Amino acid sequence: MWYRRYWRSNLYSSGLQPLLFLAAMGLGFGSQVEPGPDTGGVDYLHFVAPTLLVSGAMMIAVFESTWKVASGFQWQRQYVAVISTPITPGQVFGGELMWVGMRLLLSAVVYGVVAGALGAWLGPGALLVVLVGVLTGLACAAPIMALSATVRNPSNAFSALLRFVVMPVMLFSGTFFPISYIPVPARMLAWISPLWHGNELARAAALGGGEWLPLAGHGAFLVVLLLGGGLLARSRFYRRLVV
Amino acid sequence: MAAVGERSAREPSPLVSAKALVKRFGEFEAVRGIDVEVVKGEAFGFLGPNGAGKSSAMRMVGCVSPRSDGDLRVLDMDPQVDGPSIRARLGVVPQEDNLDTELSIRQNLQVYGRYFGLSRAHVRAKATELMEFAQLTERADDEVDTLSGGMKRRLTIARSLVNDPDLLLLDEPTTGLDPQARHLLWDRLFRLKQLGVTLLITTHYMDEAEQLCDRLVIMDNGRIVAEGSPPELIACYSSREVLELRFAPGESGDVASTVDGLADRVEVLPDRVLLYTENGEAALSATHARGVRPLSCLVRRSTLEDVFLRLTGRTLVD
Ligand SMILES: Nc1ncnc2c1ncn2[C@@H]1O[C@H](COP(=O)(O)OP(=O)(O)OP(=O)(O)O)[C@@H](O)[C@H]1O
Ligand SMILES: [Mg+2]
Repeated sequence: MWYRRYWRSNLYSSGLQPLLFLAAMGLGFGSQVEPGPDTGGVDYLHFVAPTLLVSGAMMIAVFESTWKVASGFQWQRQYVAVISTPITPGQVFGGELMWVGMRLLLSAVVYGVVAGALGAWLGPGALLVVLVGVLTGLACAAPIMALSATVRNPSNAFSALLRFVVMPVMLFSGTFFPISYIPVPARMLAWISPLWHGNELARAAALGGGEWLPLAGHGAFLVVLLLGGGLLARSRFYRRLVV
Repeated sequence: MAAVGERSAREPSPLVSAKALVKRFGEFEAVRGIDVEVVKGEAFGFLGPNGAGKSSAMRMVGCVSPRSDGDLRVLDMDPQVDGPSIRARLGVVPQEDNLDTELSIRQNLQVYGRYFGLSRAHVRAKATELMEFAQLTERADDEVDTLSGGMKRRLTIARSLVNDPDLLLLDEPTTGLDPQARHLLWDRLFRLKQLGVTLLITTHYMDEAEQLCDRLVIMDNGRIVAEGSPPELIACYSSREVLELRFAPGESGDVASTVDGLADRVEVLPDRVLLYTENGEAALSATHARGVRPLSCLVRRSTLEDVFLRLTGRTLVD
């Protein structure tokens, strides 16, 4: 038995924002960038299309697992209501994560289709990019939900999260340019950033190339983050709801 | 502790049975070892002042709060082991509403029903029936955010019935309701009781407890200080009638010695003197005979409120 939410997803906000980015960066800015070794020898549009999907997925994950989750404990308290039914706190968490997963899938598909219409994909690898986007989003959502289930004063925690985690991750994860451009200390940030791992996977899927071992490593990082974050969040949901 | 109310001869196993039940929050003991038995079909009340531990006890029975010590069985199961199966048969009205404010009234009922694993068709029909019950049909598709406080309360109560519960836990159900809605709810609760639903109620309204509860306990500071049916409690802790003498502020103190011995118990408040007696009229003539001239006087029947105030604080002169 799963915790279901009413389906009120919003195509506009989920699919549109990364697409605007894609149009602006890929077609506008990209027309000024010559294909070269830095872009893997492809057009800039092809270079950023996969990573914009992944970073869009991360933003959705952040959006869906911060205020909404904190509110379920603290303001609206729907979770408190739900655990009076046969549903357990663990199932509440599972349901929320599934919900995020469905949001991610939906917006990734919408993005994929429209980007395809713009000619941003070189081959069927785009399908894999969609999956990479969902995996990266979930890997981000799980630990953030653990945070949201823990903090008593979410506004401080969330603004710190955005400022000190999400922003740097967005900038230093090779979304718009390869991380070889940034100095080594900052590059180490990228190594622990789920977005960078997702970007590497997505680009390899879309453009081909890449060696198996590093790619397996990127995938493993995301899976471990998803599982570890998920277990932590699950126990945080119990801790918070069972008093 | 007062006599326990008569138990019916068939003696079914109790729906709720607590022995030396304790709830601790850190060092603090909110419930300090209570013994409670609720049998099928009865309406059982928890009364007590703010912070007495009523909600904490209710949440343990509702299987959302693990007990810290003692024994608890609900529907003949252990909440720690069978929480989900117990909760499937409970209806819960929490003290604070926790509706999904982004959904409509109808959706709130339907979604909640789905958590119990009920079919779509079933919850659709049930939602319609419950909105009728709570007199919210006209607002069916409005968002909860747009409802008044009392309407939200009624929706919370309706929601608790979505799974046709065997045991209904109501934590201050009528707080915030207008008199019409309160009476409507009492009427509905009576009907549920007749259908065999067992009720567990906390309340601050003594009239509500007298109306609804077959048996009740009065809690104070996490302990049970009295237990019985409303008439038993009144007989045990109060008198049949009360004579209230009203005075200008400050004058009541002087009267205390004058009326000494005229009643079973005398209570002196700043503006009033209360005489607890079997016969209020007789006590009234006697006070007149002693030359007491109050501003006004009133003979009334003793109520649960008198019992409550006596047991949970207000200094008494015997
Ligand atoms: N989650 C909690 N953490 C710490 N203390 C708590 C918690 N919940 C309740 N308490 C404390 O336990 C005591 C009993 O609280 P409870 O809510 O059970 O009282 P109550 O009888 O329902 O009161 P009221 O009539 O005001 O609803 C209070 O002193 C309260 O501060
Ligand atoms: Mg309470």
